[in-house]
Amino acid sequence: MLDFSMFEVTMVAILVTMLIALIAAVRGPTVFDRILAINIFGTKTVLLIAVSGFLTGRPEWLDLALVYALVNFIGTVAVLKFVRFGNLARDDEEVGS
Amino acid sequence: MTGFADLISWLCLIAGSVFCIIGGIGLLRMPNFWTRTHAAGITDTMGVGLILVGLIFQAGLTLVAVKLVMILAFLYLAGPTAGHAIFRAAHAYGVPFAALTTGVEAPGENSDGSD
Amino acid sequence: MNRTLKTALILVAVWLLWSGHTEPLLLAFGLLSVIIVVAITRRMDRFAESERNQYPGPRFLLYIPWLLWQIFLSNLAVARIILDPKLPISPRLIRVPANQRTPTGQAIYANSITLTPGTASLDIRDGQILVHALNAEFAADLESGEMGARVKRTEKGA
Repeated sequence: MLDFSMFEVTMVAILVTMLIALIAAVRGPTVFDRILAINIFGTKTVLLIAVSGFLTGRPEWLDLALVYALVNFIGTVAVLKFVRFGNLARDDEEVGS
Repeated sequence: MTGFADLISWLCLIAGSVFCIIGGIGLLRMPNFWTRTHAAGITDTMGVGLILVGLIFQAGLTLVAVKLVMILAFLYLAGPTAGHAIFRAAHAYGVPFAALTTGVEAPGENSDGSD
Repeated sequence: MNRTLKTALILVAVWLLWSGHTEPLLLAFGLLSVIIVVAITRRMDRFAESERNQYPGPRFLLYIPWLLWQIFLSNLAVARIILDPKLPISPRLIRVPANQRTPTGQAIYANSITLTPGTASLDIRDGQILVHALNAEFAADLESGEMGARVKRTEKGA
C-alpha cells in the first residue's frame, strides 16, 4: 500500500519542479534562460508520464514518454535555431548577430 | 516483488524527488544564466536518473525495465546535447558572464577569446 | 561488419523491443521505417569526413560506471552549494585540451563535462573546450585531466 502513495509523492515533487521551471521561464531575463527552463519542464514531463504510467498500472505509457523525450529535444533545438537565425529553413544568415 | 527491491526503489524515488526540487530551488537562486545551467544539470542528471532507476526496480526484469533503461540512455545523451546547443547559442549571442567570473576571458567582454 | 548492415540490425532490434507486436502489418511498417532511416543515414554518411572510428571502442562500457559515479559526486557538491544560505559560488571560465583523436571521443568528452553538474562545455575550437565551472574546485577537478585521459582510453585502437 506504501507503493501507491510513493508514486503520488514523486509525482507531486515532479509537479512542484515543473511549477518552479515555469516561474523561471516567466522570470527570464534572457531568452536563453527561458529555453533552459522549458527544456527542464519537458524533461520533467517525460518523468511525469513514466511515473503516472506506473501509478495507474499501465507501463505502456512509457512509449509516450519516449516520444515526448524525442519531441522535447527536437523542439528545443528548433526554438534555438529560430531564435538565432530567424527561420528554420536556412542557416547562412544570422539575425542582428 | 521482494521487500528489499521495493525499499531500494522507494529510496531512489524519494532521493530523485528531493534532487529535482533542489535543482528547481537552484534555478531560482542562481544569479545569472551561466550559473543557472549548473542547477539545471542537477534536475536533468540526478533527478531523472534516480527516479527512473527507482521505476526500474519497480518493474523488475521485464521488457518495461528495458524500455526505462533506453529512455534513461536517451535522456543522458540528448540532455547534454540540447544543453550544449543552448550554451553555445547563448555564448555566441553574448549573454554576459557574472562580474565575479574569472578565467580565460575578461568578465563582461564577450570576444571569442581566440587570443 | 558493414556499417549499413550494423545500423539496420540495431534499428530492427529497437523496433522489435519497443513494439512487441508480430502482426504482419506492423512488421511491414517496421521494415519500411528501417529502410527509410538507413537510406537517410547513408545519405548523411556521404558528407561525413571520415567513416572510420565513429563508434567508441569496447572500453566505453567500463567508462560508463565511472562517469555515473562522477555525476553522483558532483551532484552532491552542487546540491550543497545551492542549499548553502550564502550561495558560495565563484564562477570561472577555463579552457581544457580535448586531446582525443576522433570527433567521437571529443563529443563524448564534451558531453561528459556537461553531464557532470558544476561544469558545462560552451564551445570547442582548436582542440580546446571552453568550460564554465561553478567554482575553483570543479575547475581544478577538470584541469587534472583525469576525465580526458579516461575518455581517450575508450577510443578504438588506443
